[in-house]
Amino acid sequence: MKKSIKIVLPILLVVGAIIAAATYFFQHYNVAVLNPQGDIARQERDLIVFTTVLGMAVVIPVFAMLGIFAWKFREGNHKANYRPEWDGNKYLEIVWWGIPCAIILVLSVVTWRTSHDLDPYKALSSDVKPLNVQVVALQWKWLFIYPDLGVASANLLEIPEKTPVNFTITADAPMNSFWIPSLGSQVYAMTGMSTQLHLIADHTGDYRGSSANISGKGFADMKFTARSTSMAEFHSWVGRVRKTSTTLDQSGYDALALPASLDTPMYYVVKDNDLYDRIVMKYMAPMTNGQDETQNNTNDKSTPSDHGNPGMMDMPGMEGM
Amino acid sequence: MDFILGRLSFDSLPKELITQGGAISIVIGGILVVAALIYFKKVGWLWKNWFTTLDAKKIGIMYIAIAVLMLARGAADALMIRAQQALASGDAHGIVSSDTFQQVVSAHGTIMIFFVAMGLMFGLINLVLPLMIGARDVAFPFLNSVSFWLFAAGMILINVSLIVGGFSPGGWLGYPPLTELAYSPGPGVDYWIWALQIAGIGSLLSGINFLVTILKKRAPGMALMKMPIFAWSVLVTTILIIFAFPILTATLGMLGLDRLMGMHFFTATQGGNPMLYINLIWAWGHPEVYILVLPAFGIFSEVVATFSQKRLFGYKTMVGALFAIMILSFIVWLHHFFTMGAGADVNAFFGIMTMVIAIPTGVKVFNWLFTMFGGRIRFKTPMLWFMCFVVTFTLGGLSGVLMAVPAIDFQVHNSLFLVAHFHNVIIGGALFGYFAGLMYWFPKIFGFTLNERIGKYATYCWLVGFLVAFLPLYALGLMGATRRLDHYDGPGWQMLFVIAGCGVLIICLGAALMVLQLIVSIWQRKKNIAGSDPWNGRTLEWSVPSPAPFYNFAITPTVTDRDNFWVEKQAALKHKSTAKLQYEAITLPKNSGVGVIIAAFAFMIGFGLIWHMWWLVVVGFVGVIVSVILRVSNDETEYMITAKHMEQYDKLYKLQEPTV
Amino acid sequence: MSHHLAPAVETEAEIKEQLDTKSLGFWIYLMTDCVLFGALFATYIVLHTSTFGGATSHDLFNMPFVLLETMVLLVSTFVCGMAILAAHAGRKQLTLILLGATFLLGATFLGLELSEFSKLASEGHGWWASGFLSAFFTLVGTHGLHIAVGLLWIGVMSWQLYKRGFTPGVTRRLILFSLFWHFLDVVWIFIFTIVYLIGVA
Repeated sequence: MKKSIKIVLPILLVVGAIIAAATYFFQHYNVAVLNPQGDIARQERDLIVFTTVLGMAVVIPVFAMLGIFAWKFREGNHKANYRPEWDGNKYLEIVWWGIPCAIILVLSVVTWRTSHDLDPYKALSSDVKPLNVQVVALQWKWLFIYPDLGVASANLLEIPEKTPVNFTITADAPMNSFWIPSLGSQVYAMTGMSTQLHLIADHTGDYRGSSANISGKGFADMKFTARSTSMAEFHSWVGRVRKTSTTLDQSGYDALALPASLDTPMYYVVKDNDLYDRIVMKYMAPMTNGQDETQNNTNDKSTPSDHGNPGMMDMPGMEGM
Repeated sequence: MDFILGRLSFDSLPKELITQGGAISIVIGGILVVAALIYFKKVGWLWKNWFTTLDAKKIGIMYIAIAVLMLARGAADALMIRAQQALASGDAHGIVSSDTFQQVVSAHGTIMIFFVAMGLMFGLINLVLPLMIGARDVAFPFLNSVSFWLFAAGMILINVSLIVGGFSPGGWLGYPPLTELAYSPGPGVDYWIWALQIAGIGSLLSGINFLVTILKKRAPGMALMKMPIFAWSVLVTTILIIFAFPILTATLGMLGLDRLMGMHFFTATQGGNPMLYINLIWAWGHPEVYILVLPAFGIFSEVVATFSQKRLFGYKTMVGALFAIMILSFIVWLHHFFTMGAGADVNAFFGIMTMVIAIPTGVKVFNWLFTMFGGRIRFKTPMLWFMCFVVTFTLGGLSGVLMAVPAIDFQVHNSLFLVAHFHNVIIGGALFGYFAGLMYWFPKIFGFTLNERIGKYATYCWLVGFLVAFLPLYALGLMGATRRLDHYDGPGWQMLFVIAGCGVLIICLGAALMVLQLIVSIWQRKKNIAGSDPWNGRTLEWSVPSPAPFYNFAITPTVTDRDNFWVEKQAALKHKSTAKLQYEAITLPKNSGVGVIIAAFAFMIGFGLIWHMWWLVVVGFVGVIVSVILRVSNDETEYMITAKHMEQYDKLYKLQEPTV
Repeated sequence: MSHHLAPAVETEAEIKEQLDTKSLGFWIYLMTDCVLFGALFATYIVLHTSTFGGATSHDLFNMPFVLLETMVLLVSTFVCGMAILAAHAGRKQLTLILLGATFLLGATFLGLELSEFSKLASEGHGWWASGFLSAFFTLVGTHGLHIAVGLLWIGVMSWQLYKRGFTPGVTRRLILFSLFWHFLDVVWIFIFTIVYLIGVA
């Protein structure tokens, strides 16, 4: 028995050390995914915990059996029963087909439910009127357009707390992924497409946001602050931007879209309601009349946001839109 | 000049100190090797005995040699990634530019998957599979040589990128539109495309070859259900290769056409559809994961049964599980992009299918554990690799099931959590399996066993190093760190990156111990002569002398049982066989250098396409066609060994065996 | 080992086994080619409306011309089948003539296809114009490339047959070639249906 302690003790020590280190980290640093600041992120955290606990129902027995069998049936132990021809047992096999099947069955039900409940495209139910934000991934910065408020910002996302935010997301750059871990789900930002994401922040606070998909040289600089404030403060921010910032017209946008990182956040007034739609459409069809399309296209109301998602129609596996 | 050199110029040479160092070390290393070969007059020997060989065992050794070399290259990349991320916190920007860093990350992934994991896999299959099923050779020995040399040509091409032109910044799967001309005009992406295209065609041909070998070349009496489980795992793997690799060929080809001829398959505009690429590449990519891991499962099945000195538990279930995994692996590819905006129904379907794969995989683990139950377990190094595998692979399986839930994936996709997960299954699953296989079959190929003590220390280093290197990445992912960051400013991240770096150093120590193990074992080889059956083996390969003769079996064995050799040994204990050995004349393939030549021309095609040297492309194509025509016009590709000579050979080989 | 080198003498059973093994290998190769074409067909189906405001399949395809192409290819396959029958009967002369006819018909098909391609390209509807046209040229072009390889194969094989007669190697390659040629026929039927018929419907 002494020898077995010599083996078991270090294992216990290692596991203990890992748990201690993890606890220390959790207390001293922000483990964003496990420390949710919004309803979506919270549900996703709960799902992670639930699935991990469920998975332990297999992991722990496997580890235990590995240790016990290896110890008991070691070559030196002649007390153990040696059965070299024993190569199957119907009932045992039914048990270990059955247990994983049962676990996966439970998990499948949960997966089906949560895939629908936490679908990024699903609008959040709330008494508060949602805020619309159009997100454009550029090389290598994020542009946030507030279409109903006539303002925009780059690399800073200002949102009011306890208010659902409806994001529509596109890219004028290689593919990126729009992710604020503290608030929940990420969704890809792609050229010629408009994807959607619905999030909410429960409190005020500054949260890290970034791109999760490599998009070129300045990819690591594609990070932004998602700032959740009180509603009053949010409105005063909009007012300040309207008063003090330059107008983002087409040429201003073109300059912003040039490949470069952005050191400090920028703020703009936006008078042109079709900017976002034009960014999406320019990858979908040839531009008809060069520079002047700003004026002309406003009459042509077949914009992508009316039709859902151009470009998705032909994709395999995209029917569930 | 433009006609001759295409777009190649002095500007294509590396500009950063670190990449220059890499380039110079490759060039000097290459020159040293060639010089040594000439000095020791080994060029002719290398050509006659190795380069032109059609013997699957020798081809297997060459695969493994390349894989080990590339493991060193990939590990150097890994060290650079870890060093960069350990340093580049806040205002610090580490040791390389972002551009170089992204190339290093792409090269690390590409090399580790295509040239290390695939190389070890094909190497071990070549070494063992024909022996295991009682065959003299593979079905198409010449094709086997072509496959290997195409693999080698791809390997050389990817390493040339270090010297001229640089590599793709687009990650190991090269998602467009980043990898299209509009965003990556340089030759880096082209290196990635054509190196993989050439090596990939080699893999496809190997897949066909081994499937036919298994179906047609089994020893008399070996019904499919009497095959060792490793042979089953190879059978399933080759089916996966046959259905998956053509998709890779088509996809890389289309991306190449976009870049060479201005087509619009995957461009951002002009009707191109990058999402189509992502679907196609994962329709290959997900089966590819199982192509890598299933042979490792097969190896573990052999190792557990041998070292438990007991029959494998639940043979039929194991075969069934392999087929279940094979089929399921083709209907889960969408789980790699739950975040692309497919609807909830689609996401849920693919999520559930992914979890379902965990069932047959879990069943395999239970069967292995119950193979140990009731055995007499000897903890030799291969068995230790198996135990480490169970620990790491189970953890990787758990994180895999987590990520299969779409709503969880939304929060960890493309983060370091994902990076930790797939290293968990590819290192802890596939690589540990190949290491177990190498140490298990080493004596069969070289005739002496490896040093056990150093081998065990190496195993411990790999396990501990692995946990120290990758557990912090799970935490980092949960903290919001995404993959492929060349610098970052998250609070507390640096500490974890430094710990992860220490883990990689421990892994490197493990690798160094493996090198030491090999050196010491060669040094003491006279003391450790293996004999034909060092492990008390169960399958046919242990019935022939070690090292295995070039003709594999002097007399083709007749099979009556799954553990045929084991059963024969049991019977021999009871009554000694007195039957006289009946030798027969056999035919074997003659050596051929055409495989090397075809691959050399394929290399020219690849290099020409990368640098727009069109004349070289034409030369390469004409060369390949002419070589193939000359080869098929030669009907005298085999030679015969008479029965009398076979008897002499057999006696000679058996003389080398130690008397037990 | 060189001093034991003796020429390999194949017995009847070995020849049969060789043919079996190589046929199986070739069938599996054809399977992989099926998957390759499958990927290209899938791509074409996804991209065939992605014209970026340019010409659609409706505007471009000339059905009588395509029907002519199809007929030429079908007849060449029929002639190829007759060549195999002649080979089974051991009639070398006739086999060579029929193989020559197969070659000419295949070359005609390829010529027709290239003329269609050059007409499209010269009118500005080349592979560079849109995702749809990239997919079209690549799918049909890949089939054309296979035909070109087949023509080369006929050439080499006829020369071998002429020089050596019906050796086991030549007979085997003849049988495998006919498999290949029939396979390309089947692929073309799919192209004809999915690309052309549905394209103008």
